[in-house]
Amino acid sequence: MDVSSASVLAAALAIGLAAIGPGIGQGNASGSAVEGIARQPEAEGKIRGTLLLTLAFMESLTIYGLVIALVLLFANPFV
Amino acid sequence: MLNFLDAPKSLTLASLEVGQHFYWHLGGLKVHGQVFMTTWFVMAVLLIAGFLASRNPQQIPKGIQNLMEYALEFVRDLAKNQLGEKDYRPWVPFIGTLFLFIFVCNWSGALIPWKLIQLPEGELAAPTNDINTTVALSLLVSIAYFYAGFKKRGLGYFGKYIEPTPVLLPIAILEDFTKPLSLSFRLFGNILADELVVGVLVLLVPLIVPLPVMLLGLFTSAIQALVFATLAGAYIHEAIEGHGEEHEEHA
Repeated sequence: MDVSSASVLAAALAIGLAAIGPGIGQGNASGSAVEGIARQPEAEGKIRGTLLLTLAFMESLTIYGLVIALVLLFANPFV
Repeated sequence: MLNFLDAPKSLTLASLEVGQHFYWHLGGLKVHGQVFMTTWFVMAVLLIAGFLASRNPQQIPKGIQNLMEYALEFVRDLAKNQLGEKDYRPWVPFIGTLFLFIFVCNWSGALIPWKLIQLPEGELAAPTNDINTTVALSLLVSIAYFYAGFKKRGLGYFGKYIEPTPVLLPIAILEDFTKPLSLSFRLFGNILADELVVGVLVLLVPLIVPLPVMLLGLFTSAIQALVFATLAGAYIHEAIEGHGEEHEEHA
């Protein structure tokens, strides 16, 4: 296993593992938001704003993994 | 560079040039020229829009004046939501500038066909595509909240580091480093991811298929500008208020 193939594997692992947790979290958040809108349709605007903001935070966790993967692929310090 | 990744570049449809820059040499420094060009373009757009909107203000706004007043109300409400009614006013210019600059940067990368302009190396894209831009912006936010804290509470500002218990001092210090880190990486990663996904899809299927992804990219980049400005406001508020309220979770 030379360095470049190891980096490709590591990149795949990074983005794959980084997608699991935020995926679950975003699913939970969206589900709760839908429930909240179903209970109180008039609160939809507020719920939507909060949901988008929190979804962006969770999304950024995956993006961190993506950044690591991209660094490994395109700007690898070890290759 | 990994050699097998250069294979797609033999196709003439599109190319991904990650990590290649159009260098300018200023004195002993190497700067990324393509980022400067697009940044100046964005600044010019904002300046011209502001100039046109305020050149001949009407009682009943029309056209560009209407648009810019809407933008002003938007950032004012954003700052008011984060900083509270009584001390949001001095921070509206800062937070508004951050929001508008990042927003126009992100959308310029998605909407303006920069690829038509050929550079010797590197490619024109959104300025926020470059880690240096985002790090500079987040360091500005750091400076701003330190300044806000000192101005409001003097040296008592350092009290917030040992407020619940001095045991948490290292974590409180670490927070000052993680805030700009997460701010800059979130913005940079999202924008780069958008552009890369669009680039890869254009490599694979150059027709119609990338369009929904581009729309999603427009949406995400707008949200990222909103998040950046919101968090800047939240951090400044935290520095002014000290402890005693739940602040936002920073990813």
